Amino acid sequence: MIDILNLHKSFNNKKVLQGVNLHVERGETMVVIGGSGSGKSVLIKHVIGLLNPDEGSVVVDGVDISHMKENDLNELRKKFGMLFQGAALFDSLTVWENVGFGLMQHTALSKEEIRDKAKSKLEMVGLRGVEDLMPSELSGGMRKRVGLARAIAMDPQIMLYDEPTTGLDPIMADAINDLIIEMKRKLNVTSIIITHDMVSAYKICDRIAMLFEGRILEVGTADEIKKSEDPIVHQFITGSSVGPIKAV
Amino acid sequence: MFTKILTYIGSKAIKFTQEAGRLFIMFGQTLSWIFKPPVNIRNIFQQMEAIGVNSLPVVIIMGMFTGMVLAIQTYTGFRRFSAENYMGPVVALSITRELGPVLTGLIVAGRAGAAMAAELGTMRVTEQIDALETLATNPIKYLAVPRFLAGFVMLPLLTVVADAVGMIGGYLVAVHVLNANSVIYIRMSTDYLRLNDIYGGLLKACVFGIIISIVSCYKGFYTEGGAEGVGKATTGAVVYSMMLILIANYFMAALLFR
Repeated sequence: MIDILNLHKSFNNKKVLQGVNLHVERGETMVVIGGSGSGKSVLIKHVIGLLNPDEGSVVVDGVDISHMKENDLNELRKKFGMLFQGAALFDSLTVWENVGFGLMQHTALSKEEIRDKAKSKLEMVGLRGVEDLMPSELSGGMRKRVGLARAIAMDPQIMLYDEPTTGLDPIMADAINDLIIEMKRKLNVTSIIITHDMVSAYKICDRIAMLFEGRILEVGTADEIKKSEDPIVHQFITGSSVGPIKAV
Repeated sequence: MFTKILTYIGSKAIKFTQEAGRLFIMFGQTLSWIFKPPVNIRNIFQQMEAIGVNSLPVVIIMGMFTGMVLAIQTYTGFRRFSAENYMGPVVALSITRELGPVLTGLIVAGRAGAAMAAELGTMRVTEQIDALETLATNPIKYLAVPRFLAGFVMLPLLTVVADAVGMIGGYLVAVHVLNANSVIYIRMSTDYLRLNDIYGGLLKACVFGIIISIVSCYKGFYTEGGAEGVGKATTGAVVYSMMLILIANYFMAALLFR
């Protein structure tokens, strides 16, 4: 479904990605872990064409998206849903307008129909009666849920999550985990999830990939990763400040 | 030492060229997206309100006092060679050709331009612009085009208001404070003022509207680095818009009014 091939990217001469290779099967949930600043967000932004690679390519459904024309890319993007780290809700629009944004832009549905659809998506993420609020009136957890509702509004086939549980309390984080699992079960989506929350990673993943110094260090199921003998992977998943990864 | 200076000049030159290039690319992209459907009427009207309607009070006060002070200054100057009768045309010409459009441009750059850059900059650093793209919506089309159109349409309209209020202010001071003859004042003004003076001023206002919207959108879109970056983008948008307005004003005056 998604093939990331030899991806290179640098910003201002700083090499962020140095040959990432990753294959994600249809319907699979791939969790990408890695330290802060390891290039996880940069990686996921390549998958939806927000960034263009310096070298290498991203192939989605057999199509190379890395140098696609904008119109074709936008057609393809309708198959995607993305949840941003800070939810990235449009703060000039109400909650339901946020959720229904894609429908408003790309379908001929009436305002009422879009509102109803937005309402049902909001219910899917466990929110009721918030349609007419502004994003600034919501708590962090609610914002993430609205962001999730917006991402699934167009019934995507591929979901990208950028640190879905970061900044949430443990209970809200687990609620988001359950939502991600439910999305996969209900909609059978292919997902790439970026996180450094290992509890969440083990719970939601089919496979985990560890990104380190711009390359994928190891890919495997939760059990395989837990048993990994690579000192870097071991240090990361056990969360120790002592080891080959320098904390400071 | 010598190479250091050269490196410094070189890097500044590269940065300047880069910024100018991006600005023109943004201008081109905005133009090319204007005519592609769908037209986002709601956004356009929202921006017209933000740029135009909300600037109205400031523009009225600015126009009124500019007209009033012009009357006083021309009166004191012209009285020295007994040309008080020409006060009317001088006030009218100064306002319609120069002060109306230029001061309106500067005020809108400070008010609406700053707001635009801050809003778009915040959208950039909170990933809202990325979110637009992931929802298969072109940010230039959705964000820049409405602001561009609103600037292009509202600046001349605001200038019309500034012109009118300015001339009224000038008249009031001339007639009621400086005791000029009302009939002569109006007669002289209408005799000497040509429609071309007004049109020329409005044409300048259109260009200023374009400058403000494109520069502010550009600064907002290319914001990086959180709250500090938004602050820098906002300052940059106001400073660049004002400088470009003053520079463009000279060249357009040289072309239009010779």
